[in-house]
Amino acid sequence: MKSRVLLAVLSAAAALLVPACRRGGGDEILVGEYGSLTGTTATFGQSTHNAITMAFEEINAAGGVLGKKVRVIVEDDQSKPEEAATAVTKLINQNHVVAMLGEVSSSRSLAAAPICQANGVPMISPSSTNPRVTQVGDYIFRVCFIDPFQAEVGARIAWEILKLKRVAILSDVRNDYSVGLQTFFRQTFKGFGGEIVAEQSYSEGDSDFRAQLTQIKSANPEGIYVPGYYTEVGTIARQARELGITVPLIGGDGWDSPRLWEIGGEALNGCHFSNHYSVDDPSPAVQKFVSDYKAKYNQVPDALAALGYDAAKILADAMKRAGSTKGEQVRDALTGTKDFPGVTGTITINKERNAVKPAVVLKIENGKFVYVTTVKPTG
Amino acid sequence: MTTFLQQLVNGISLGSIYALIALGYTMVYGVLRLINFAHGDVYMLGAYTGYYLSRKLKGSEPSLLGALVVMLGAMLVCAIVGIVIERFAYRPVRRAERLTLLITAIGVSLFIENGAQLVFGPDPKFFPSLAPRADFIVGGVRLTSEQLTVIALSFLLMLLLRFFILKTRTGKAMRAVSFNLDAAKLMGISTDRIIAITFALGSALAAAAGVLIGMQIPKIDPLMGINYGLKAFVAAVLGGIGNVPGAVLGGLLIGASEVMVVGYLSSTYRDAIAFGILILVLLLRPQGILGRAQKEKV
Amino acid sequence: MKSVVKSVVLVGTLLLVNGLFTGGLVPNFSISPYFLQILCLAGINIILAVSLNLINGFTGQFSIGHAGFMAIGAYVSAFLSITVGDRIRAAVSFAPISVQNSALLLMVLAAGAFVAAIAGFLVGVPSLRLRGDYLAIVTLGFGEIIRVFIVNIDAIGGARGLGGMPRLANFFWIYLFAAATVAAVTRIVNSSFGRTLIAIREDEIAAEAMGVNTTRHKVLSFVVSSAMAGVAGGLFAHYLMYLHPNSFTFIKSFEIIIMIVIGGLGSITGSVLGAVLYITLTEGLREFAQYRMVLFSLLLIVIMIVRPQGILGHRELRNLWRRRRVAEPAPPAVSG
Repeated sequence: MKSRVLLAVLSAAAALLVPACRRGGGDEILVGEYGSLTGTTATFGQSTHNAITMAFEEINAAGGVLGKKVRVIVEDDQSKPEEAATAVTKLINQNHVVAMLGEVSSSRSLAAAPICQANGVPMISPSSTNPRVTQVGDYIFRVCFIDPFQAEVGARIAWEILKLKRVAILSDVRNDYSVGLQTFFRQTFKGFGGEIVAEQSYSEGDSDFRAQLTQIKSANPEGIYVPGYYTEVGTIARQARELGITVPLIGGDGWDSPRLWEIGGEALNGCHFSNHYSVDDPSPAVQKFVSDYKAKYNQVPDALAALGYDAAKILADAMKRAGSTKGEQVRDALTGTKDFPGVTGTITINKERNAVKPAVVLKIENGKFVYVTTVKPTG
Repeated sequence: MTTFLQQLVNGISLGSIYALIALGYTMVYGVLRLINFAHGDVYMLGAYTGYYLSRKLKGSEPSLLGALVVMLGAMLVCAIVGIVIERFAYRPVRRAERLTLLITAIGVSLFIENGAQLVFGPDPKFFPSLAPRADFIVGGVRLTSEQLTVIALSFLLMLLLRFFILKTRTGKAMRAVSFNLDAAKLMGISTDRIIAITFALGSALAAAAGVLIGMQIPKIDPLMGINYGLKAFVAAVLGGIGNVPGAVLGGLLIGASEVMVVGYLSSTYRDAIAFGILILVLLLRPQGILGRAQKEKV
Repeated sequence: MKSVVKSVVLVGTLLLVNGLFTGGLVPNFSISPYFLQILCLAGINIILAVSLNLINGFTGQFSIGHAGFMAIGAYVSAFLSITVGDRIRAAVSFAPISVQNSALLLMVLAAGAFVAAIAGFLVGVPSLRLRGDYLAIVTLGFGEIIRVFIVNIDAIGGARGLGGMPRLANFFWIYLFAAATVAAVTRIVNSSFGRTLIAIREDEIAAEAMGVNTTRHKVLSFVVSSAMAGVAGGLFAHYLMYLHPNSFTFIKSFEIIIMIVIGGLGSITGSVLGAVLYITLTEGLREFAQYRMVLFSLLLIVIMIVRPQGILGHRELRNLWRRRRVAEPAPPAVSG
């Protein structure tokens, strides 16, 4: 008897919990955002989200898009690809968003992109660098450069800037970003005439790298390419120094975080990495963005925030140019984005729907990311 | 050759952490026949407690005394946490089937992990420098002061624990409870109190491990207990669950094999190593290296 | 004869409902794709929960590595449909598209289930000699080892995930297999084989003493259960069209455990209920995603303390409505 009542009560409760439809009002444009607000890469999602929020606040304050205010509906994917797929489905079918912003991680972008493509909803990834993301279909775009280019920049840092001939690679095998980068780095560096003396790998979330570093040390490299996320890179640098490895480390935009120095400390001095933008870029647009972000969130914006900001602004710009929020028209407008003045550089979207932009090389010195040079994309 | 020795040192220092955590597992299992899934998460809580405590001490120079205070503080807090978990989650189901106990343990573990993500935030935090750093170089092999501290402390605590269990009255009571709970009760031992003490001790050791790891590898996050906890459990089983020196031996072996495989084979199989060892042990010698074979009584 | 009629009615109903839900049947009527997705994921969960319950609930063996078998089924079927899918289609090109798709789906599911079954055998034979906690940890270990291997095989995407499967699974297929799973497990449980399993659950030593080959029975139920998990995995792969090893960690195994524990170990209806409840609560609490797992784990603890038999205990739905109750086993005596 008791269980019958329990059963009935629970079924009723369950039925009531099925969420109701949420449609946008006629005077609002609904844009979906999915990101890792919780989970292992939570800070990436939060940074991006902060910037997107700020961007649309500015846009709305200036009159909105096509006379309407833009509202962003954000869904958390908990750093999991299957959740990304569910989140995006919900945003499209339940909330009826007209465009999608997301994600940082290529795995999650890859999970969500087919759904956006199938529904004709343009999707802009702010920071996914794996080439396969935009290959999903013609509704999928990104505002950052892709791994082959970034890895080339990394190889140039090693070969041209630091004049290294023998380099070791330590990459994150669980992270497609890292795997992609090390593949292209290896090709390019060897193409320059360099030698890869050792290759080791770790998994995202590991905290002890001594075993790998000890092996790398025995191969006597002149530098180590570490295309991972800052959370591991800082620790890697520290442990490398503890083991007596004094050569510089080189990396990619995954290093970009105000917390990198907090983790790695002095071990990072002399290390270089490629990035999308430099906080010290004297251009007025960048400085305004940095100071607005600092004022609002009490943090220095990292590259993910800058890219999120640009993605949001490019979307709004495309809608204005298209004169509509309809999927095909926004898609066509996005494809024609040329020389858009973004915080992360002048952005042109090429026919593979990737952004053609220069990368900056930064050097770490006593807690600061110092600008070294800019590398322009070839072709 | 130096490389090999260095790897060995790496393995021992990693293994000492596993050993410290394994001690807690082995004690609780010995007394309650319960795999306390939440033990790894207590280790995480210890690291976080240490983190917040050391932030309080911020501003003062890194000193040995400061480090000691932080560690003892974390140990105290986690001892209390251990007692609370036992009292409210495990005691009500103590008489139930093993499956129920196991599920409860899983529930507690998930609760602590997700609760920590909620309370502390899901992103990793970074331990400030506590003790003054020094590096020791012996014949090309390098050891940091933190690594040395970890190794030394694990052995020290193991010896203390062994002394406690073998030579004190409470220790004797613990052994009695682990043999037979009901008989111990009949002998006038307050089993509830003994069990609480067991949990407190185990949790304090895990907390010490957490603080030590925080000092050695400054990164801590709410899910750090999962991996370390599981491997420490494997270490306890390898050494002989319920056996104190076994836990330390198991920890060192697991640490060393992990490092060797990662260094000489591939890091991607790192997690599989511990489980592979576990499966082999359970199939070939379930009582572990130092354990005694248990006949199942009907 | 009666069961044939029942099957035909079932299939027919599912086809109708599928058509209704996806908008083919009644013009201008279809349910929101988001709701449909929830239903489909619930259906996959049902297969997982019911199959796990065969081992945990009915045979009393505590396995927490179920996600590993799901992963095997998922990856094997996905790999096949990506690599040889077109050739299979070409072989039946005379038939209409929907039949081609169905044939492809059935073939890859069968392959996935087969490999998962083999894995179940390989895991089961050594593990099932162990008891209780050790079995639990070993199965957990195997589940993780399977996942680590998947991460390391580049041909199936490894850490980058595997995509590009055609969407072969839909409401109809998922619920057809869910119904088939429920029917199969019900049949097993009510047969003499099933009663032996229950005997093993109640007192394994006594069963052995009665001459039951416990290992054989345990392994068999393990293999069947793994095969079903493999089917669930294959359906999952061809519904979501993207696989990532992170979807198959022990957290997933724990989620399935939560489902069957809430519903009641040893009750098939309970597993179905638990699966549906779990996904409903998950989606319903989406706004509070951060609190979700905290609440679930708290719920798990509370249920273990207050009502360890879950909602339905050992009862099945049809026993609820008839006043006749299936006798519940007495709680285990305090060991001396």
